[in-house]
Amino acid sequence: MASEGGARRAISRLLASRAGIISVGLIIGVVAALLQRAGNPPNMGICVACFERDMAGALGLHRAAAVQYMRPEIIGFVLGAFASALLFREFKPRGGSAPIARFMLGVFAAIGALAFLGCPWRALLRLAGGDGNALLGLAGLLAGVCLGALCLQRGYTLGRSSLATPLSGLILPAVMLLFLGLLTLKVSFGPGGALFFSEKGPGAMHASLAVSLSAGLGIGVLAQRSRFCTMGAIRDAVLIRDVHLLSGVAALVAAAFATNLALGQFRAGFAAMPIAHSAHLWNFLGMALSGLAFALAGGCPGRQLFLSGEGDGDAAVFVCGMIVGAAFAHNFFLAGAPDVLADGVLKVGGPGPYGKIAVLAGLAFCTLLGLTARRRA
Amino acid sequence: MADKVVDARGLSCPEPVLLAKQAIEAMSAGTIEVLVETTASRDNVTRMAKYLGCSVATQEAGGEFRLTITKG
Repeated sequence: MASEGGARRAISRLLASRAGIISVGLIIGVVAALLQRAGNPPNMGICVACFERDMAGALGLHRAAAVQYMRPEIIGFVLGAFASALLFREFKPRGGSAPIARFMLGVFAAIGALAFLGCPWRALLRLAGGDGNALLGLAGLLAGVCLGALCLQRGYTLGRSSLATPLSGLILPAVMLLFLGLLTLKVSFGPGGALFFSEKGPGAMHASLAVSLSAGLGIGVLAQRSRFCTMGAIRDAVLIRDVHLLSGVAALVAAAFATNLALGQFRAGFAAMPIAHSAHLWNFLGMALSGLAFALAGGCPGRQLFLSGEGDGDAAVFVCGMIVGAAFAHNFFLAGAPDVLADGVLKVGGPGPYGKIAVLAGLAFCTLLGLTARRRA
Repeated sequence: MADKVVDARGLSCPEPVLLAKQAIEAMSAGTIEVLVETTASRDNVTRMAKYLGCSVATQEAGGEFRLTITKG
């Protein structure tokens, strides 16, 4: 038993170290690029926002036929982190810190991400695939996280969580297990009913269940141990001049870039890039909204999934908010439309009028929350 | 006995790190006790305190962590 505990501590120390976080970033970067090769959409090996949107579609929460698939990567993220937390004795059911505020942060995080067409992970992967629009998105992310960091420095807090019953910590992992069962058996609840599967479009592009699930589980374990977080990377560098997490993020980009080059998946440009638009202002503002929401909620969308696996009910509420927000983004025509290149003529995409209003409303809501939810001196 | 106690239990990332950092920067020398309940917060606060040149001793009890940070 002692040696088993020693091995656990050694693994923990390794993955929490600088070399550990860089290794995790390298692995995620390579795996994401390989997932594209295996069938996932271009420059979308992994995108938490897009994949949660696809899951919302599979459940019928929205009816955009092109983006419906129960993504095994997301299921794997939660279940991998859950298994890792159990194994390393870090499963700790907790919750009760401003759930409705966290839900709304999740809703607006998804709306912002889908105005840009990607979460921070996909922004990095788009950059590694040569999509210059990602630079606008990442600049927006930086601006949003900096605004969130400013709120944190002024004493922003959503209040303390408290320990919860074991059952509450098991809810999201159990739901993901149920989703996995439904997907594996391709359950249909009747003609025209869920689960929905896209026949064309990004939702129809996916690696096999086994490959996607294995990738998700592996990344779930590694990220739970190493605390990999794209938003935290920026926040820590800005707030406490700590580049620990940022080194993992840089490794992700470098590894995905190298793998894309090797696989012939790299194509540089701005116009008509895969599942992307070149409406620069809205790439920036969409991701600024997401970055602010992630900073105020305490983690990027990937990290929220890993925390949910550890039993964090507040993170699980944020995840539910993102899935609902993704459904809203399509039901209310808020999501950005990709650029279209037809007969040599470029039609620049981006969010429509409702999407622009939603992004601005989200920025207003998050800023108000950031400035008013404060620790009493 | 610590000069200051920071109870960061139940607070979201990065609030424990920020509160501990403010406490460290507010004193020229002395000890601060920081209470956290997740290993992520324990690791983050420890990394920040060491980065600021402090020494850190950790005690675990009942699933919570008591970090004793010594400056100077």
